[in-house]
Amino acid sequence: MIADSLVQQTFLAAAAVFVLLAVVMFYRAVVGPTLQDRVLAVNVIGTNTVVVLALLSVGLETPALIDVALIYALLNFLMAIAISKFAVDRGGVL
Amino acid sequence: MTGTLVFAVIVGALLLGVFFTLVSTVGVLRLPDVYTRAHTASQVDTLGAGFAVAAVAIALGLQAKSIQALLLLVFIFVTNPTAAHAIARAAHENDLTPWTEGDDATGGDRS
Repeated sequence: MIADSLVQQTFLAAAAVFVLLAVVMFYRAVVGPTLQDRVLAVNVIGTNTVVVLALLSVGLETPALIDVALIYALLNFLMAIAISKFAVDRGGVL
Repeated sequence: MTGTLVFAVIVGALLLGVFFTLVSTVGVLRLPDVYTRAHTASQVDTLGAGFAVAAVAIALGLQAKSIQALLLLVFIFVTNPTAAHAIARAAHENDLTPWTEGDDATGGDRS
């Protein structure tokens, strides 16, 4: 049997790696070179944030963070769709 | 308390999730144009996030919150490729030409 604290620390370590990868992804969001590159990078950062929230719900024993992750995933999807729809001239996407 | 086998499954899923997200990050940083980056972000990143959320669902065990985690997994699997597709299509509508092998030796608009 494995103690609960070891499981929690495993999830916290995984969350730390995900945060590190999201920070690295900021390079693409800043450099671009096109608008779509930036939207894509922010979308990936948002997905990483959702995963980090889900991991922290176990790592910090705060199950309510799962709800936050669900809402964040919704808003992240809406952001990507809205920007890619309104960034084209005649709104031809979707 | 968690069983040793369950813990091994959790660690394996977390390692796979971290690995695929690392591959996705390297791809988005290194690939030459927006279409190839959208390809990486839609597929590999979805798989990495799916493994990590599956580890969360396993760790929560049999309760209502783990069903929510599974719903989150399904939602990520549906929406992430859709968003990447919309972004790639917006790039196409804005007349961005895909990078081809002949563009230059180091690769398109990589910067």
